[in-house]
Amino acid sequence: MMRASHKQPGYVAALLHRLSGIALAIFLPLHFLALATALNGAAALDSFLAITHEPLVKASECLLVAALATHMTLGLRILAIEFLDIRERTVAVLTGCAAAVFAVGLAFLLNAG
Amino acid sequence: MTAALFLAQRISAMVLALAVAVHLATILYAIHGGLTAADILARTHGNLGFFLFYSVFVAAVAFHAPIGLRNVIREWTSWRGPSLDAVLAAVAVALLVLGMRAVIAVYVA
Repeated sequence: MMRASHKQPGYVAALLHRLSGIALAIFLPLHFLALATALNGAAALDSFLAITHEPLVKASECLLVAALATHMTLGLRILAIEFLDIRERTVAVLTGCAAAVFAVGLAFLLNAG
Repeated sequence: MTAALFLAQRISAMVLALAVAVHLATILYAIHGGLTAADILARTHGNLGFFLFYSVFVAAVAFHAPIGLRNVIREWTSWRGPSLDAVLAAVAVALLVLGMRAVIAVYVA
């Protein structure tokens, strides 16, 4: 629940978790449709993959990978708070989340480049 | 959120925590040096482990995403009631059908 004050780190964490989740929910059906082009053969899937070489598409992909990493790490934060006996340190968790997302995004860019 | 939805959301989240970590690692490995349909299908075609892993992944997503969207919509808008639940149930079915279609596509292709 987003009940923290707008100035508190918990609010930022909850907002980022929701926004990344919405982005993923919008992207997922498109991702599934793209993969399903393989039903028409490898050439059809390759035609789609050719689009992903466009810089704008590649940048969007990088943002989506970052959104996935963001949503996962902030989701782990919620599970840890709710199910483990952990006293929350939101700023430290957010910093760790940002580091993980940065690492995944950078690795994606370096590998995709 | 009802207790059943809360439980479904949290159980699917636990499954997804593992599945997404594996998926992210796979993405970073797969895109290294370029990505072609042949590369993808060589890994997925006839691979039962892949098929089962991504079937579980898709099922978890089909539960997790609509419940999460329901929470966000109820918090940020005044939309409530059976119409919201019906739309999100349709989203769940659509994600399950589209997701499994994609998994089957790269498994049999």
